[in-house]
Amino acid sequence: MAGKPVLYYYNARGKMECIRWLLAAAGVEFEEKFMETSEDLEKLIKDGRLMFQQLPMVEIDGMTLVQSRAILNYIATKYDLYGKDAKERALIDMYTEGIIDLTDMMLRVVTCFPDQREAKISLAKDKAKSRYLPAYEQVLKSHRQDYLVGNRLTRVDIHLLEVLLYVEELDSSLLAPFPLLKALKSRISSLPNVKKFLQPGSQRKPPYDEKIIEKAKKIFKFQPS
Amino acid sequence: MAGKPVLYYFDGRGRMESVRWLLAAAGVEFEEKLLKTRDDLEKLKNDGSLMFQQLPLVEIDGMKLVQTRAILNYIATKYNLYGKDMKERAIIDMYTEGLMDLDEMVLYQPYLPKEEKEGNLAKIKDKSRNRYFPAYEKVLKSHGQDYLVGNKLSRADVYLVKLLYHVEELDSSALANFPLLKALRTRVSNLPTVKKFLQPGSQRKPFEDEKCVEAAMKIFH
Repeated sequence: MAGKPVLYYYNARGKMECIRWLLAAAGVEFEEKFMETSEDLEKLIKDGRLMFQQLPMVEIDGMTLVQSRAILNYIATKYDLYGKDAKERALIDMYTEGIIDLTDMMLRVVTCFPDQREAKISLAKDKAKSRYLPAYEQVLKSHRQDYLVGNRLTRVDIHLLEVLLYVEELDSSLLAPFPLLKALKSRISSLPNVKKFLQPGSQRKPPYDEKIIEKAKKIFKFQPS
Repeated sequence: MAGKPVLYYFDGRGRMESVRWLLAAAGVEFEEKLLKTRDDLEKLKNDGSLMFQQLPLVEIDGMKLVQTRAILNYIATKYNLYGKDMKERAIIDMYTEGLMDLDEMVLYQPYLPKEEKEGNLAKIKDKSRNRYFPAYEKVLKSHGQDYLVGNKLSRADVYLVKLLYHVEELDSSALANFPLLKALRTRVSNLPTVKKFLQPGSQRKPFEDEKCVEAAMKIFH
């Protein structure tokens, strides 16, 4: 339908999932065009729609946007999930970037060479436990508010919920020492738009399995890093 | 002096150089605390200044900001180098993020082990000449304006110019086929604030030599 954002990616989480989460949390309906083959991706490239020949790409408000942060920033601004002023935005950005660093670490578990997987898993668990989870618990402890910034829902609460669920998938005991994070997780999960997105049948993508990884590698003619 | 941003980093370009460029282009005076030893870094970690125990750190307007993008976004907003509305911001973000992807490869080059340097340099040459520079040349060609977005200087122009200089240091003929990029670089370099920053004696950092890399490694390892 005209007007809905259209998301171009493959049928998996990857770098598009945070965008799906943010749109869903904002109550915005969106369409998805999934790359099934490498030809699908090549066609987008040949048509000149990918500025750097890469996905994710989102068509929104007449723009063809690539680069996940550009897409996220636009959506957050449009739906008033980016704080009330430049200083709140700075905190939101700082917190968001830490979450992206942790999320990328977990993505590398999936995309690395198989013989590196154990090491990558250890690294992700270690950094979650010693660096990231304590940092966000500390933010919540410092102001005792229901949300990370400005005492109201912003994008970073959504990003945090998403990564907390991934941490839990990695190792469910990791969240145990962090009561405020657990409380935030419950609270944000209960918001109507988020609750809906968490239910089966939504556009939320499941964890990776070997099938999804193999398909992605074919589409992207993938080289692990 | 109270009021000036303070940049905490080691004495090298790394991830702080883009911040130095943006502040300089905006005509903002800043101080630098250049870390020299592991203890300098440990001290910052221990006094809670570093949210994720990492640099860069910038103290600005009462905030202790880490994460390069958070710092750059704030500076760009404050000094009106981030477009006039959210659609211009989206385009600026798209362009800036592409430049950051290229810069990841460039800023690491001095710090790579010897056996990885050649491969990374080949990657930089390939990506800059075949992916990134053509994309930005095309943008300039498409509107024929003096700047990338909105016919006005933005953070995207400043970042692009920084990268054009840095890539050229590694690959002297990198800009040969990109006349509009060369023209933009000249134009931006002649702006009074940028011209000043390009002169010797400014806070701009040189390409990291072995001595610089050794000193940095001591702090972080």
